Amino acid sequence: MTSPSELPISGNSDVVLIRQQVRTVAVEVGLSLVDQTKIVTAASELARNALVYAGGGRVRIEIVHNNVRAGLRLTVSDDGPGIPDIDQALVDGWTTGNGLGLGLSGSRRLVDEFDLRSVPGEGTLITVTKWAR
Amino acid sequence: MTVPVDAGRRRIEELLEQHEGQVLRRWFEIAGAMSGGHVDRGGAAVPFGEIYQALRRSLGDSHDGSDLRGLLADLSRSRARQGFTPSETANVVFGLKEAVYEIAEADGSPEALRGFVWFSRIVDDHGLFTFETYAAARERIISDQAEQLLELSTPVVKLWEGIVAVPLIGTLDSARTQVVMEKLLQMLVETGSEHAVIDITGVPAVDTQVAQHLLKTVVAARLMGAECVISGIRPQIAHTIVTLGIEFGDIVTKASLADALAHALRQSGVEFVKGRGRRVTVRTEEN
Ligand SMILES: Nc1ncnc2c1ncn2[C@@H]1O[C@H](COP(=O)(O)OP(=O)(O)OP(=O)(O)O)[C@@H](O)[C@H]1O
Ligand SMILES: [Mg+2]
Repeated sequence: MTSPSELPISGNSDVVLIRQQVRTVAVEVGLSLVDQTKIVTAASELARNALVYAGGGRVRIEIVHNNVRAGLRLTVSDDGPGIPDIDQALVDGWTTGNGLGLGLSGSRRLVDEFDLRSVPGEGTLITVTKWAR
Repeated sequence: MTVPVDAGRRRIEELLEQHEGQVLRRWFEIAGAMSGGHVDRGGAAVPFGEIYQALRRSLGDSHDGSDLRGLLADLSRSRARQGFTPSETANVVFGLKEAVYEIAEADGSPEALRGFVWFSRIVDDHGLFTFETYAAARERIISDQAEQLLELSTPVVKLWEGIVAVPLIGTLDSARTQVVMEKLLQMLVETGSEHAVIDITGVPAVDTQVAQHLLKTVVAARLMGAECVISGIRPQIAHTIVTLGIEFGDIVTKASLADALAHALRQSGVEFVKGRGRRVTVRTEEN
Protein backbone atom coordinates (compact mmCIF):
# COMPACT_ATOMS: atom_id res chain seq x y z
CA MET A 1 0.00 0.00 0.00
CA THR A 2 1.67 3.22 -1.06
CA SER A 3 -1.27 5.60 -1.43
CA PRO A 4 -2.88 6.68 1.80
CA SER A 5 -6.26 5.18 2.54
CA GLU A 6 -9.09 6.81 4.37
CA LEU A 7 -11.57 4.70 6.28
CA PRO A 8 -14.86 5.79 7.78
CA ILE A 9 -15.60 5.43 11.47
CA SER A 10 -19.31 4.97 11.82
CA GLY A 11 -19.76 1.85 13.90
CA ASN A 12 -17.99 -0.65 16.13
CA SER A 13 -17.24 -2.90 13.18
CA ASP A 14 -15.34 -0.01 11.57
CA VAL A 15 -13.08 0.19 14.61
CA VAL A 16 -12.30 -3.52 14.22
CA LEU A 17 -11.58 -3.00 10.53
CA ILE A 18 -9.31 -0.03 11.25
CA ARG A 19 -7.32 -2.06 13.76
CA GLN A 20 -6.79 -4.77 11.17
CA GLN A 21 -5.83 -2.30 8.46
CA VAL A 22 -3.38 -0.48 10.74
CA ARG A 23 -1.82 -3.82 11.69
CA THR A 24 -1.27 -4.68 8.02
CA VAL A 25 0.37 -1.35 7.26
CA ALA A 26 2.43 -1.49 10.46
CA VAL A 27 3.89 -4.81 9.33
CA GLU A 28 4.60 -3.33 5.92
CA VAL A 29 6.44 -0.36 7.43
CA GLY A 30 8.57 -2.76 9.43
CA LEU A 31 7.45 -1.87 12.94
CA SER A 32 8.46 -4.32 15.65
CA LEU A 33 5.77 -6.53 17.14
CA VAL A 34 5.60 -4.31 20.23
CA ASP A 35 5.33 -1.14 18.14
CA GLN A 36 2.72 -2.71 15.87
CA THR A 37 0.60 -3.51 18.88
CA LYS A 38 1.09 0.00 20.28
CA ILE A 39 -0.01 1.80 17.11
CA VAL A 40 -2.91 -0.62 16.61
CA THR A 41 -4.06 0.10 20.15
CA ALA A 42 -3.72 3.86 19.66
CA ALA A 43 -5.78 3.60 16.47
CA SER A 44 -8.43 1.71 18.39
CA GLU A 45 -8.57 4.37 21.12
CA LEU A 46 -8.71 7.36 18.79
CA ALA A 47 -11.24 5.78 16.44
CA ARG A 48 -13.50 4.82 19.32
CA ASN A 49 -13.29 8.31 20.81
CA ALA A 50 -14.41 9.74 17.45
CA LEU A 51 -17.25 7.24 17.42
CA VAL A 52 -18.34 7.76 21.02
CA TYR A 53 -17.85 11.49 21.46
CA ALA A 54 -18.37 12.78 17.93
CA GLY A 55 -20.80 10.20 16.53
CA GLY A 56 -18.26 9.11 13.93
CA GLY A 57 -15.40 10.38 11.81
CA ARG A 58 -12.65 9.06 9.56
CA VAL A 59 -9.10 7.88 9.74
CA ARG A 60 -6.31 8.24 7.24
CA ILE A 61 -3.59 5.64 7.33
CA GLU A 62 -0.35 6.47 5.55
CA ILE A 63 3.25 5.52 5.30
CA VAL A 64 5.63 8.45 5.82
CA HIS A 65 9.38 8.91 5.55
CA ASN A 66 11.86 11.22 7.17
CA ASN A 67 15.54 11.29 6.26
CA VAL A 68 16.32 8.18 8.20
CA ARG A 69 13.32 5.93 8.44
CA ALA A 70 9.81 4.99 7.54
CA GLY A 71 6.84 5.44 9.76
CA LEU A 72 3.11 4.97 10.02
CA ARG A 73 0.91 8.04 10.40
CA LEU A 74 -2.71 8.06 11.45
CA THR A 75 -4.92 11.09 11.06
CA VAL A 76 -8.17 10.72 12.93
CA SER A 77 -10.71 13.45 12.40
CA ASP A 78 -14.31 14.15 13.26
CA ASP A 79 -16.85 16.96 13.02
CA GLY A 80 -18.06 16.48 16.57
CA PRO A 81 -18.36 18.88 19.52
CA GLY A 82 -14.60 19.25 19.92
CA ILE A 83 -12.63 19.16 23.17
CA PRO A 84 -13.03 22.36 25.19
CA ASP A 85 -10.04 21.80 27.47
CA ILE A 86 -7.33 19.77 25.80
CA ASP A 87 -4.98 19.72 28.78
CA GLN A 88 -7.77 18.42 30.94
CA ALA A 89 -8.67 15.72 28.36
CA LEU A 90 -5.06 14.54 28.38
CA VAL A 91 -5.01 13.94 32.12
CA ASP A 92 -4.84 10.25 33.02
CA GLY A 93 -8.19 9.09 34.30
CA TRP A 94 -10.16 12.09 33.06
CA THR A 95 -13.37 11.06 31.35
CA THR A 96 -16.69 12.69 30.60
CA GLY A 97 -18.08 9.30 29.63
CA ASN A 98 -17.74 6.09 31.57
CA GLY A 99 -14.38 4.94 30.31
CA LEU A 100 -11.09 4.63 32.15
CA GLY A 101 -10.02 8.04 30.88
CA LEU A 102 -6.81 6.58 29.51
CA GLY A 103 -7.49 6.47 25.77
CA LEU A 104 -6.19 9.89 24.84
CA SER A 105 -3.37 10.24 27.36
CA GLY A 106 -2.36 6.61 26.86
CA SER A 107 -2.31 6.96 23.08
CA ARG A 108 0.04 9.92 23.39
CA ARG A 109 2.48 7.65 25.24
CA LEU A 110 2.03 4.81 22.73
CA VAL A 111 3.27 6.84 19.75
CA ASP A 112 6.35 8.90 18.84
CA GLU A 113 4.53 12.03 17.68
CA PHE A 114 1.17 13.23 18.84
CA ASP A 115 -0.68 16.31 17.65
CA LEU A 116 -4.17 17.23 18.84
CA ARG A 117 -6.19 20.11 17.43
CA SER A 118 -9.73 20.72 18.42
CA VAL A 119 -12.16 23.55 17.89
CA PRO A 120 -15.26 23.49 20.06
CA GLY A 121 -18.31 23.14 17.86
CA GLU A 122 -16.24 22.18 14.82
CA GLY A 123 -14.44 18.98 15.55
CA THR A 124 -11.20 17.29 16.46
CA LEU A 125 -8.13 16.34 14.44
CA ILE A 126 -5.50 14.07 15.89
CA THR A 127 -2.33 13.06 14.07
CA VAL A 128 -0.03 10.41 15.46
CA THR A 129 3.12 8.85 14.03
CA LYS A 130 5.14 5.80 14.96
CA TRP A 131 8.62 5.44 13.42
CA ALA A 132 10.26 2.17 12.56
CA ARG A 133 13.45 1.62 14.54
CA MET B 1 -62.80 -3.15 -28.70
CA THR B 2 -63.15 -3.26 -25.00
CA VAL B 3 -63.60 -6.40 -23.02
CA PRO B 4 -64.90 -6.05 -19.48
CA VAL B 5 -62.37 -7.12 -16.88
CA ASP B 6 -64.77 -9.61 -15.38
CA ALA B 7 -65.17 -11.48 -18.64
CA GLY B 8 -61.41 -11.67 -18.95
CA ARG B 9 -61.06 -12.97 -15.42
CA ARG B 10 -63.64 -15.65 -15.97
CA ARG B 11 -61.96 -16.81 -19.15
CA ILE B 12 -58.56 -17.13 -17.49
CA GLU B 13 -60.06 -19.03 -14.58
CA GLU B 14 -61.69 -21.42 -17.06
CA LEU B 15 -58.45 -21.88 -18.96
CA LEU B 16 -56.54 -22.50 -15.73
CA GLU B 17 -59.01 -25.25 -14.92
CA GLN B 18 -59.17 -26.84 -18.38
CA HIS B 19 -55.46 -26.82 -19.09
CA GLU B 20 -54.14 -27.53 -15.65
CA GLY B 21 -51.92 -30.41 -16.78
CA GLN B 22 -50.36 -28.48 -19.62
CA VAL B 23 -49.78 -25.29 -17.60
CA LEU B 24 -48.17 -27.20 -14.78
CA ARG B 25 -45.86 -29.06 -17.14
CA ARG B 26 -44.80 -25.90 -18.92
CA TRP B 27 -44.40 -23.99 -15.67
CA PHE B 28 -42.10 -26.69 -14.37
CA GLU B 29 -39.99 -26.50 -17.55
CA ILE B 30 -39.84 -22.72 -17.65
CA ALA B 31 -38.98 -22.37 -13.95
CA GLY B 32 -36.28 -24.99 -14.44
CA ALA B 33 -34.76 -23.08 -17.34
CA MET B 34 -34.96 -19.81 -15.43
CA SER B 35 -33.04 -21.14 -12.46
CA GLY B 36 -30.31 -22.52 -14.67
CA GLY B 37 -31.94 -25.91 -15.17
CA HIS B 38 -31.83 -26.63 -11.47
CA VAL B 39 -35.40 -26.64 -10.25
CA ASP B 40 -34.53 -29.52 -8.02
CA ARG B 41 -31.12 -28.26 -7.00
CA GLY B 42 -30.40 -29.14 -3.39
CA GLY B 43 -33.69 -30.96 -3.06
CA ALA B 44 -35.55 -27.68 -3.21
CA ALA B 45 -38.48 -29.27 -4.99
CA VAL B 46 -41.16 -26.69 -5.60
CA PRO B 47 -44.70 -27.86 -4.82
CA PHE B 48 -45.95 -26.57 -8.18
CA GLY B 49 -49.25 -28.43 -7.91
CA GLU B 50 -50.06 -27.15 -4.45
CA ILE B 51 -49.13 -23.58 -5.31
CA TYR B 52 -51.24 -23.82 -8.46
CA GLN B 53 -54.32 -24.98 -6.55
CA ALA B 54 -53.83 -22.33 -3.87
CA LEU B 55 -53.50 -19.68 -6.56
CA ARG B 56 -56.72 -20.81 -8.19
CA ARG B 57 -58.50 -20.68 -4.85
CA SER B 58 -57.18 -17.16 -4.30
CA LEU B 59 -58.59 -16.04 -7.66
CA GLY B 60 -62.04 -17.43 -6.89
CA ASP B 61 -64.88 -15.59 -5.26
CA SER B 62 -63.66 -16.42 -1.78
CA HIS B 63 -60.47 -14.40 -2.46
CA ASP B 64 -58.71 -16.49 0.11
CA GLY B 65 -55.03 -15.92 -0.56
CA SER B 66 -53.71 -17.05 2.80
CA ASP B 67 -52.83 -20.61 1.68
CA LEU B 68 -50.96 -19.26 -1.29
CA ARG B 69 -49.02 -16.70 0.73
CA GLY B 70 -48.14 -19.41 3.22
CA LEU B 71 -46.81 -21.69 0.49
CA LEU B 72 -44.83 -18.86 -1.14
CA ALA B 73 -43.34 -17.84 2.21
CA ASP B 74 -42.25 -21.43 2.85
CA LEU B 75 -40.74 -21.59 -0.62
CA SER B 76 -38.77 -18.36 -0.06
CA ARG B 77 -37.51 -19.46 3.30
CA SER B 78 -36.36 -22.88 2.19
CA ARG B 79 -34.69 -21.41 -0.88
CA ALA B 80 -32.97 -18.72 1.17
CA ARG B 81 -31.65 -21.43 3.47
CA GLN B 82 -30.36 -23.45 0.53
CA GLY B 83 -28.51 -20.51 -0.91
CA PHE B 84 -30.62 -19.79 -4.00
CA THR B 85 -30.47 -16.18 -5.17
CA PRO B 86 -33.53 -13.96 -4.69
CA SER B 87 -34.09 -13.79 -8.47
CA GLU B 88 -33.91 -17.56 -8.82
CA THR B 89 -36.55 -17.74 -6.14
CA ALA B 90 -38.89 -15.12 -7.56
CA ASN B 91 -38.41 -16.47 -11.10
CA VAL B 92 -40.12 -19.67 -10.06
CA VAL B 93 -43.27 -17.62 -9.55
CA PHE B 94 -42.80 -15.43 -12.62
CA GLY B 95 -42.41 -18.56 -14.75
CA LEU B 96 -46.12 -19.19 -14.34
CA LYS B 97 -46.91 -16.11 -16.41
CA GLU B 98 -45.21 -17.49 -19.46
CA ALA B 99 -46.95 -20.85 -19.10
CA VAL B 100 -50.33 -19.17 -18.81
CA TYR B 101 -49.58 -16.77 -21.64
CA GLU B 102 -49.14 -19.75 -23.95
CA ILE B 103 -52.62 -21.08 -23.30
CA ALA B 104 -54.15 -17.59 -23.46
CA GLU B 105 -52.48 -17.05 -26.82
CA ALA B 106 -53.59 -20.44 -28.11
CA ASP B 107 -57.12 -19.60 -27.01
CA GLY B 108 -56.80 -16.37 -28.95
CA SER B 109 -59.97 -14.76 -27.67
CA PRO B 110 -59.95 -11.08 -26.64
CA GLU B 111 -61.26 -12.22 -23.23
CA ALA B 112 -58.31 -14.52 -22.70
CA LEU B 113 -55.81 -11.79 -23.58
CA ARG B 114 -57.58 -9.19 -21.47
CA GLY B 115 -57.71 -11.70 -18.64
CA PHE B 116 -54.02 -12.43 -19.03
CA VAL B 117 -53.12 -8.81 -18.32
CA TRP B 118 -55.11 -9.02 -15.11
CA PHE B 119 -53.59 -12.40 -14.22
CA SER B 120 -50.08 -11.21 -14.95
CA ARG B 121 -50.43 -8.33 -12.51
CA ILE B 122 -51.49 -10.75 -9.79
CA VAL B 123 -48.54 -13.03 -10.42
CA ASP B 124 -46.22 -10.01 -10.29
CA ASP B 125 -47.57 -9.21 -6.85
CA HIS B 126 -46.93 -12.73 -5.67
CA GLY B 127 -43.46 -12.66 -7.19
CA LEU B 128 -42.62 -9.49 -5.30
CA PHE B 129 -44.01 -11.00 -2.12
CA THR B 130 -41.68 -13.95 -2.65
CA PHE B 131 -38.80 -11.56 -3.14
CA GLU B 132 -39.59 -9.75 0.09
CA THR B 133 -40.01 -12.87 2.20
CA TYR B 134 -36.78 -14.15 0.72
CA ALA B 135 -34.94 -10.99 1.82
CA ALA B 136 -36.44 -11.15 5.30
CA ALA B 137 -35.54 -14.84 5.61
CA ARG B 138 -32.01 -14.16 4.44
CA GLU B 139 -31.50 -11.40 6.98
CA ARG B 140 -32.80 -13.67 9.67
CA ILE B 141 -30.38 -16.41 8.68
CA ILE B 142 -27.45 -14.00 8.64
CA SER B 143 -28.18 -12.57 12.07
CA ASP B 144 -28.68 -16.07 13.47
CA GLN B 145 -25.35 -17.11 12.04
CA ALA B 146 -23.60 -14.06 13.45
CA GLU B 147 -25.01 -14.88 16.86
CA GLN B 148 -24.03 -18.52 16.59
CA LEU B 149 -20.54 -17.50 15.56
CA LEU B 150 -20.35 -15.22 18.56
CA GLU B 151 -21.38 -18.06 20.83
CA LEU B 152 -19.07 -20.51 19.12
CA SER B 153 -16.08 -18.25 19.29
CA THR B 154 -16.35 -17.89 23.05
CA PRO B 155 -16.41 -21.34 24.58
CA VAL B 156 -16.36 -21.47 28.32
CA VAL B 157 -14.89 -24.78 29.37
CA LYS B 158 -14.65 -26.59 32.66
CA LEU B 159 -10.98 -27.36 33.28
CA TRP B 160 -11.36 -29.09 36.60
CA GLU B 161 -13.88 -29.49 39.34
CA GLY B 162 -14.46 -25.88 40.45
CA ILE B 163 -12.34 -24.30 37.69
CA VAL B 164 -13.70 -22.87 34.45
CA ALA B 165 -11.74 -21.20 31.67
CA VAL B 166 -12.48 -19.02 28.69
CA PRO B 167 -9.84 -18.80 25.98
CA LEU B 168 -10.36 -15.54 24.11
CA ILE B 169 -9.33 -15.63 20.49
CA GLY B 170 -9.35 -12.87 17.90
CA THR B 171 -10.48 -9.31 17.98
CA LEU B 172 -12.55 -8.38 20.98
CA ASP B 173 -15.27 -5.95 20.13
CA SER B 174 -17.75 -4.72 22.63
CA ALA B 175 -20.49 -7.19 21.71
CA ARG B 176 -18.21 -10.18 21.98
CA THR B 177 -16.65 -9.16 25.25
CA GLN B 178 -20.14 -8.71 26.64
CA VAL B 179 -21.09 -12.23 25.56
CA VAL B 180 -17.93 -13.66 27.07
CA MET B 181 -18.52 -11.91 30.35
CA GLU B 182 -22.10 -13.11 30.60
CA LYS B 183 -21.25 -16.68 29.64
CA LEU B 184 -18.41 -16.86 32.09
CA LEU B 185 -20.52 -15.59 34.99
CA GLN B 186 -23.32 -17.96 34.06
CA MET B 187 -20.91 -20.88 33.87
CA LEU B 188 -19.54 -20.01 37.33
CA VAL B 189 -23.06 -20.33 38.72
CA GLU B 190 -23.95 -23.48 36.79
CA THR B 191 -20.83 -25.37 37.76
CA GLY B 192 -20.54 -23.86 41.23
CA SER B 193 -16.95 -22.95 40.40
CA GLU B 194 -14.84 -20.68 42.53
CA HIS B 195 -12.05 -20.18 40.02
CA ALA B 196 -12.03 -18.82 36.52
CA VAL B 197 -9.18 -18.44 34.06
CA ILE B 198 -9.47 -15.83 31.32
CA ASP B 199 -6.84 -16.64 28.72
CA ILE B 200 -6.00 -13.86 26.27
CA THR B 201 -3.20 -15.58 24.35
CA GLY B 202 -5.22 -15.26 21.16
CA VAL B 203 -6.09 -11.58 21.51
CA PRO B 204 -4.07 -9.29 19.21
CA ALA B 205 -4.56 -6.07 21.18
CA VAL B 206 -5.92 -4.97 24.53
CA ASP B 207 -7.18 -1.40 24.55
CA THR B 208 -8.93 0.51 27.33
CA GLN B 209 -12.30 -0.89 26.33
CA VAL B 210 -11.20 -4.53 26.44
CA ALA B 211 -9.34 -3.86 29.68
CA GLN B 212 -12.42 -2.31 31.20
CA HIS B 213 -14.52 -5.33 30.22
CA LEU B 214 -11.93 -7.66 31.74
CA LEU B 215 -11.79 -5.65 34.95
CA LYS B 216 -15.58 -5.59 35.23
CA THR B 217 -15.77 -9.34 34.70
CA VAL B 218 -13.26 -9.92 37.45
CA VAL B 219 -15.17 -7.66 39.84
CA ALA B 220 -18.51 -9.30 39.00
CA ALA B 221 -17.00 -12.76 39.50
CA ARG B 222 -15.67 -11.66 42.87
CA LEU B 223 -19.12 -10.54 43.91
CA MET B 224 -20.21 -14.07 43.18
CA GLY B 225 -17.45 -15.46 45.34
CA ALA B 226 -15.15 -16.52 42.49
CA GLU B 227 -11.58 -15.51 41.73
CA CYS B 228 -10.32 -14.85 38.20
CA VAL B 229 -6.83 -15.33 36.86
CA ILE B 230 -5.86 -13.68 33.59
CA SER B 231 -3.37 -15.68 31.59
CA GLY B 232 -1.56 -15.44 28.28
CA ILE B 233 -0.58 -11.78 28.40
CA ARG B 234 2.09 -11.73 25.71
CA PRO B 235 5.06 -9.31 25.91
CA GLN B 236 3.73 -6.84 23.33
CA ILE B 237 0.36 -6.74 25.08
CA ALA B 238 2.02 -6.26 28.46
CA HIS B 239 4.07 -3.33 27.07
CA THR B 240 0.98 -1.72 25.62
CA ILE B 241 -1.11 -2.14 28.75
CA VAL B 242 1.62 -0.58 30.90
CA THR B 243 2.14 2.31 28.47
CA LEU B 244 -1.57 3.01 28.31
CA GLY B 245 -1.54 3.22 32.09
CA ILE B 246 -4.01 0.47 32.79
CA GLU B 247 -3.67 -1.08 36.21
CA PHE B 248 -4.83 -4.58 36.86
CA GLY B 249 -4.53 -3.99 40.61
CA ASP B 250 -4.51 -7.16 42.66
CA ILE B 251 -5.73 -9.37 39.82
CA VAL B 252 -3.55 -12.43 39.48
CA THR B 253 -1.97 -12.76 36.04
CA LYS B 254 -0.04 -15.75 34.73
CA ALA B 255 2.09 -16.25 31.65
CA SER B 256 0.27 -19.29 30.36
CA LEU B 257 -2.98 -21.14 30.71
CA ALA B 258 -1.07 -24.03 32.29
CA ASP B 259 0.40 -21.72 34.97
CA ALA B 260 -3.05 -20.30 35.62
CA LEU B 261 -4.53 -23.78 36.02
CA ALA B 262 -1.75 -24.77 38.40
CA HIS B 263 -2.41 -21.62 40.42
CA ALA B 264 -6.16 -22.25 40.56
CA LEU B 265 -5.60 -25.87 41.55
CA ARG B 266 -3.26 -24.83 44.38
CA GLN B 267 -5.81 -22.28 45.53
CA SER B 268 -8.50 -24.91 45.64
CA GLY B 269 -6.30 -27.22 47.65
CA VAL B 270 -5.32 -29.78 45.04
CA GLU B 271 -1.81 -31.03 45.67
CA PHE B 272 0.70 -32.01 43.07
CA VAL B 273 3.11 -34.80 43.63
CA LYS B 274 6.08 -34.91 41.32
CA GLY B 275 6.35 -38.43 39.91
CA ARG B 276 9.65 -40.26 40.34
CA GLY B 277 10.34 -41.06 36.73
CA ARG B 278 8.16 -43.15 34.52
CA ARG B 279 6.81 -46.49 35.48
CA VAL B 280 5.25 -48.71 32.95
CA THR B 281 3.31 -51.66 34.16
CA VAL B 282 2.58 -54.41 31.77
CA ARG B 283 -0.07 -56.79 32.80
CA THR B 284 -1.20 -59.80 30.96
CA GLU B 285 -4.68 -60.88 31.53
CA GLU B 286 -5.37 -64.57 31.62
CA ASN B 287 -8.77 -65.98 31.28
N1 LIG C 1 -12.99 13.03 19.44
C1 LIG C 1 -13.43 13.60 20.57
N2 LIG C 1 -14.39 14.56 20.53
C2 LIG C 1 -14.85 15.12 21.67
N3 LIG C 1 -14.40 14.81 22.89
C3 LIG C 1 -13.43 13.87 23.01
C4 LIG C 1 -12.90 13.22 21.85
N4 LIG C 1 -11.95 12.35 22.27
C5 LIG C 1 -11.88 12.45 23.61
N5 LIG C 1 -12.77 13.37 24.07
C6 LIG C 1 -12.97 13.77 25.47
O1 LIG C 1 -11.80 13.47 26.20
C7 LIG C 1 -12.10 12.61 27.31
C8 LIG C 1 -10.94 11.67 27.56
O2 LIG C 1 -10.81 10.73 26.48
P1 LIG C 1 -10.11 9.35 26.75
O3 LIG C 1 -10.11 8.59 25.48
O4 LIG C 1 -8.79 9.60 27.38
O5 LIG C 1 -11.02 8.68 27.84
P2 LIG C 1 -12.42 7.94 27.66
O6 LIG C 1 -12.74 7.77 26.23
O7 LIG C 1 -13.39 8.70 28.46
O8 LIG C 1 -12.15 6.53 28.33
P3 LIG C 1 -11.25 5.35 27.74
O9 LIG C 1 -10.16 5.13 28.73
O10 LIG C 1 -12.13 4.17 27.64
O11 LIG C 1 -10.73 5.79 26.41
C9 LIG C 1 -13.37 11.93 26.93
O12 LIG C 1 -14.10 11.51 28.06
C10 LIG C 1 -14.08 13.04 26.15
O13 LIG C 1 -14.74 13.94 26.99
MG1 LIG D 1 -11.45 6.90 24.88
